Amino acid sequence: MNVTTAPQQNTRLNRILTVLRDVVSRPSGAIGLSLVVFHVVLALVSPLIVPYDYKAMNSAMMLTGPETAHWLGTDHLGRDVFTRVLLGGREALLVTGIATPIAVSWGGFVGIFFGLIGGRVDEVLMRVVDAFLSLPWILKMLVLIVTFGTGIEVLIPTLAFFYGIPVIRIARAATHDVVARDFVAASRARGHGRMTIIQRELLPNVLDTLMVEGAMRWSWMLLAFSSLSFLGFGVSPPTPDWGLMIADARGFMSFAPWGVLGPVIALSSLIIGINLTADALAKALGIDRAQKAPV
Amino acid sequence: MSTPLIDIRNISVGFTGKSGETLPVLRNIDLRVGEGESIGIVGESGSGKSTLALAAMGYLKRGLRLLNGAVAFQGQDMFAQSRRELEHIRGGELALIPQNSGQSLTPTLRIGAQLIEALRLHSDVPDAKHTAKAVELLGQVRLPDPDAIMTRFPHELSGGQQQRVAIAMALAGEPHALLLDEPTTGLDVTTQAHILELLRDIARARGMAMVYVSHDLGAIARVCDHVVVMYAGEVVLQGTTRQVLTAPVHPYARGLLASIPKLSDPRLPVALDGTPPAPGGAGAGCAFVDRCALAQDRCRSARPELTPQPGGEAVRCFFPEQADQISLAGTGAEPAKVAAADEPALRLEDLSISYSQPGVFDKILRRETARVMTVDGIEITVEKGETLGLVGESGSGKSTILKAVAGLLPPAGGQISVSGGAPLAREVEYRSADHLRKVQLIFQNPDDSLNPRHTIAEILEQPLKLYFGLGGDALYQRSAEILERVRLGAHYLDRLPSQLSGGEKQRVAIARAFAAEPELVLCDEVTSALDVSVQAAVLDLLNDLKATQGTTYVFVSHDLAVVRALSDRVAVLYQGRLCEIGPSASVYATPSHPYTEVLLDAVLEPDPDTAPTLSADDVVEMSPPARGCPFQRRCPRKIGAICDTDTPPWQQGKDGHAIRCHHAVAELSRLQGVQTKEQVS
Repeated sequence: MNVTTAPQQNTRLNRILTVLRDVVSRPSGAIGLSLVVFHVVLALVSPLIVPYDYKAMNSAMMLTGPETAHWLGTDHLGRDVFTRVLLGGREALLVTGIATPIAVSWGGFVGIFFGLIGGRVDEVLMRVVDAFLSLPWILKMLVLIVTFGTGIEVLIPTLAFFYGIPVIRIARAATHDVVARDFVAASRARGHGRMTIIQRELLPNVLDTLMVEGAMRWSWMLLAFSSLSFLGFGVSPPTPDWGLMIADARGFMSFAPWGVLGPVIALSSLIIGINLTADALAKALGIDRAQKAPV
Repeated sequence: MSTPLIDIRNISVGFTGKSGETLPVLRNIDLRVGEGESIGIVGESGSGKSTLALAAMGYLKRGLRLLNGAVAFQGQDMFAQSRRELEHIRGGELALIPQNSGQSLTPTLRIGAQLIEALRLHSDVPDAKHTAKAVELLGQVRLPDPDAIMTRFPHELSGGQQQRVAIAMALAGEPHALLLDEPTTGLDVTTQAHILELLRDIARARGMAMVYVSHDLGAIARVCDHVVVMYAGEVVLQGTTRQVLTAPVHPYARGLLASIPKLSDPRLPVALDGTPPAPGGAGAGCAFVDRCALAQDRCRSARPELTPQPGGEAVRCFFPEQADQISLAGTGAEPAKVAAADEPALRLEDLSISYSQPGVFDKILRRETARVMTVDGIEITVEKGETLGLVGESGSGKSTILKAVAGLLPPAGGQISVSGGAPLAREVEYRSADHLRKVQLIFQNPDDSLNPRHTIAEILEQPLKLYFGLGGDALYQRSAEILERVRLGAHYLDRLPSQLSGGEKQRVAIARAFAAEPELVLCDEVTSALDVSVQAAVLDLLNDLKATQGTTYVFVSHDLAVVRALSDRVAVLYQGRLCEIGPSASVYATPSHPYTEVLLDAVLEPDPDTAPTLSADDVVEMSPPARGCPFQRRCPRKIGAICDTDTPPWQQGKDGHAIRCHHAVAELSRLQGVQTKEQVS
């Protein structure tokens, strides 16, 4: 059972490739990853391929239905919806793409650190986290945005801060499983410091959980960003954004549904793609979310 | 023989490998168990012994499938039964007792409710009599106060008591046969001896057949009439217990027997080198050929059949008549001796450790609370180059002492000093780099003590970088050198722990400890997670390292024979208090402390002619008594009130042998001598 004959390559790159291959070999991973890649590529190249200027208004043709010139029709200002849908994810991907790694890094570090030291300090901190999580997120976020104003420079730290807090819980729980193991005791007995133990012994064992958690946080953050835009606290007009577009077009939904449908499909396909990828990643890494209590 | 109770005919069981090929776990096994017979199945881990026992119930673990053959129980084909019929047979006429009963009992149900459920499903006892019958069953498995046990939850019982409850549940359906999968592994020696006697008596009284799966030949010798030795999914030797354990005719069985440390033989056991082939890894020849000392050309090209021998046993070997060339007695090395130095390597002065912490309110009010010490009054001096064995049952505080020495658990009082230097800081964080390097700890389970994400190179570089600041080529050279010292090649450096066998992993853990060039190595049950043949190799390696490096060991184990094989001196602990300390030859001979006597009497030897003596209860005490002798409640040689009230004095024997007892040494010799005479007559 446990005999190995051929020496294997155990480089980090190899492990990443193995996991990636596993993700792609699962239907959910293949579909999810292609959706994510499609959206990211689109966000990068869309300014070069859009058929119209996203700002160009045309009072002659407002709220026209889909036709050959305007595939998704026009909005209430006569702007091409297709163009705006293509461009509408750029802002969201940029903000969440920066905020997610920050959230996972700081939340992960704090979680691992408190998981390692344990004891009363850890208990007190976790009650603070619990209290924080019991408040509705949108309320907390709106307070900050109203205080400091909108714009990328406020949105990124705000999202990164709030979405890092639940990561603390996850990282701490994952750390607790590892801390009790003898290799951590061995490292302590050798005389390694706390930072070395975190970096060498704990992080490699918690990283898988953090990666999956990061992917899930990304999709929730996208949703949150779009919600903020929808409420008028995210992207400011005339920059195209899915959340904003839904908000604008929702008044005309009864006779011009394409104005809502386009951004909704775009946003949900990206979120579904991220969720499917996260699921496949969890399975490939052997962390089954279904078996763990949701936080 | 009439129709056998369990009839296993030519079964093969396998699973599908990664590239779609079929990998066999069991290969063409024939086994018959008659009414009232007890058969032992032995082999290393991965030999398929548990799979075989479960297949007898018509059960295969997920992923396994039956390739060919059939299993019949009382003439019924077990793999052709419907689910309903299987439910009736399993647990009723054919009962299983698993290894860890604590995990197989439902934690949220009282013992009584679980027993009554078993009675309801598997017996004809009318409902009104279920409670009475359940109490009766608990009495039959010799649980004290069965009425009280009925209302307890599983976690309120000790491991031995849980195992007894599992036996009672198995007996509920009045089974014709019991399948036992390592039922006493993980239990203390005294508990194990009691459980085995119980099983033996019950099986005899009821005429039940038993299939007893174990790696422990001592247990097999005690309860089985016949033994089947398995290797790489095949039966390699089958015969009566006496034939297999005293004069086995298969080289593997002989190697296995020789690798077991024995109380009667102070030498190190002989290691059986190599590892068994992985499923599907055995070639055209004999599966054992790579590890066999007697292998010839024919063994590589042709697979031997199970052949009946004149003596009645069956053996899968071409040259059974040559098997006796492999010695059973063990030509193993004597424990290495190292010249003593002036300073002791380790000195523990009045060491005490407590797990209980003063409460918040006590701290605020500055109240002094009376703390019950988990470990108390430990005075031990270990000379340089000496190996001290620490023995005792679980909960005796032996691992706790090691943790305190390693600085992982701050002691409540007393001092620890290494190599005659200044006392060590209580906590590891405050110790000097030199102190840290000098003391190294090896853990019980390498699966837990090696980080699964690190390659062997990364594991070894940690002490090398930390203590010696090595880097680049020097680091690689040194790592390879250290691996060589534990008899592993440099090509292991790139591997992950999961790609190594259990024995190899433990070697890496040993290598990591020795990379620090320590003066004192603390070994915490380092062989108890390993197979016996692997254990012998690890013991041999530790002995070699001691001879070449002059290292001092403190060796903790619950296995008295293992301790004997390696130790110069032995200390016996009960409830965190020292009972006896002295040269191993003196400790293992009479006179000894009554507790040591109980422990030694309970040890099972792989010899059908020896029987353990059960002189004390196998109750597990949760905390030491507040006053008097720690062993007062179980002592078979208790004097009276003095044992309850006064801490016993140290009685000095020869060569630094000391016993902590109210009996004088001469009195103990007399008492224990008399008992031996009684046994003879």
